Amino acid sequence: MNVVYGSPSFTSEVMGTGYCPGCGHGTVHKLLAEVVEELSVREKTVLCYPIGCAGLGGGWTNLNTLSCAHGRAGAVATAVKKTNQDNVIIAYQGDGDLAAIGMAETMHAANRGENITVIFINNTNFGMTGGQMAPTTLIGQKATTSPDGRDLERHGAPFKMAELIAKLEAPKFVGRYAVHDAKNAIKTKAAIKKGLQMQLDKKGYSFIEVLSVCPTNWKKNPLDSAKYIDEVVSKTYPLGVYKDVE
Amino acid sequence: MSKEFIKGNEAIAEAAVRAGCRFFAGYPITPQNDIPEYLSKRLFEVGGNFIQGESEVASVNMVFGVAATGIRSMTSSSGPGLALKAEGISNLAGARVPSVVVNVARGGPAIGTILTAQQDYLSATKAPAPGGFKCFVLAPATVQEAADLVYEAFDIADKYRTPVYVLADGMTGNMMEVVELPPMRELSELPSKDDWRVNKLEQDGNFRSISSYSPTAEGLQEMNEASEAMYQQWDKEEQRWEAFMMDDAEYVVTGYGSSGRIAKSAVKELRAQGIKAGLIRPITLVPFPKDAFDQIDYGRIKEIFVAEMSIPAQYADDVRWATKSKLEIISVLTSGGVILETEAIVDAVKERV
Ligand code: SF4
Repeated sequence: MNVVYGSPSFTSEVMGTGYCPGCGHGTVHKLLAEVVEELSVREKTVLCYPIGCAGLGGGWTNLNTLSCAHGRAGAVATAVKKTNQDNVIIAYQGDGDLAAIGMAETMHAANRGENITVIFINNTNFGMTGGQMAPTTLIGQKATTSPDGRDLERHGAPFKMAELIAKLEAPKFVGRYAVHDAKNAIKTKAAIKKGLQMQLDKKGYSFIEVLSVCPTNWKKNPLDSAKYIDEVVSKTYPLGVYKDVE
Repeated sequence: MSKEFIKGNEAIAEAAVRAGCRFFAGYPITPQNDIPEYLSKRLFEVGGNFIQGESEVASVNMVFGVAATGIRSMTSSSGPGLALKAEGISNLAGARVPSVVVNVARGGPAIGTILTAQQDYLSATKAPAPGGFKCFVLAPATVQEAADLVYEAFDIADKYRTPVYVLADGMTGNMMEVVELPPMRELSELPSKDDWRVNKLEQDGNFRSISSYSPTAEGLQEMNEASEAMYQQWDKEEQRWEAFMMDDAEYVVTGYGSSGRIAKSAVKELRAQGIKAGLIRPITLVPFPKDAFDQIDYGRIKEIFVAEMSIPAQYADDVRWATKSKLEIISVLTSGGVILETEAIVDAVKERV
């Protein structure tokens, strides 16, 4: 049989990713695994996983993983890279982890400019715990802890992480991408590849924000979720490259 | 072997380097600042790394990551800093990551005081964080012992794949004494961690995961049973204490760390006055040296004087447990940075003679 398209050799065929059907995480995991395979860096890679849905795919990618305490992947990844320069270190985090409880670790890791790649999954809510308001929840968006919708006066504005990180001196590559359709997924993959290649070339810190769908908590089917990214989410969070000083 | 007149905190730092520690992350807090200050230069001289973390939380998690790659790693702090490190310490214990955590204890609760105290006994020995686990806990009483125990802590950590908690105090950390520093270990002689470190795939090509998480209830129970078996092994094989003048003692004084040292002076003073006093000074707090208390002649001895720089008393609870409530406990306490006086212990004993 002539296989024209398949999974990376080291992803688990037995074990699923653990994500809900239609979830964006699974797509990002697959892209990440493809990049790792294409760059032949599986042996060297350590994934610093967060707490939250983002950690569910750990076994599926079959990459060495460090389970970081909630929000601490930025600190863990910094230190692991500093002491293991030949390893490829990826911090993979959701919005509660990276932008709420881990904000200090995130900003300091970025500001130190450690030669790591941060993949930030922004799905505008706390997925695993059932859809609570996140720092990234949109104005007007309903969440289980903002039942009337996020209100600027009551809750403050959503954090735009890519824009914030791009303002710091040290980061070298910062961009916001999406995975709700093939065109965007291909761009996301290219960004991840660029980030990892920069690590290999010792060029410095890269931050890749990915707008991701959470059909379960958004209470939308996958198609409507994809539409929501196009029509709503990406209006608050414009896609594009925010910094590229490679 | 080299002898040096050195401050406790610096002796701790240098002993760590000589034990093969090549990574330290920490955050400034008094009275332990000499440790990070010293290591911020020294570690780079030996090819290691130092990071001043953005917080206590970040620092201990940095140690988690680096130690998981098999590099001997340490963090240190004091009082409120340990509260912030609690999450990280439980992750070190849950994921079985060998590491050394030093507490140069100060007075509490909370901000309390920067002055020396022993208010952290319960948190160090019973519950460094929620979740139900233990660290191996060592309690040095002198600068020499601080250097020796920190040096050894790395071996204990590796032997059991556990965090080792060194409970020192501001007094030991900040006084200068003549110390014989241990020899420099060659990294090549340290135990290999290739069979578990996270940045190496399994032999069959599968991934490794260093994690305190279990996807199944049975899996977590197994992890906890394995830890419990380790704690029981510590109990059997690792209890350590100093017994002084106990053979014919009629009055027993006990204390750990600096209080143990002061208690020893009190015992010497009492002996000079013709009173048959003896000392039990735990060196391991976990495992608790209960065998030392089992050896007490309960026919001859009726009461035990427990010296500690903590109000309320904390260590005294374990003494009560270890002596099976067969002795009357007489606590001699100070708190808040007030250093115990030898005379206070001597007087407490003499009142009963
Ligand atoms: S809850 Fe949302 S983010 Fe979590 S797995 Fe399900 S769809 Fe994905």
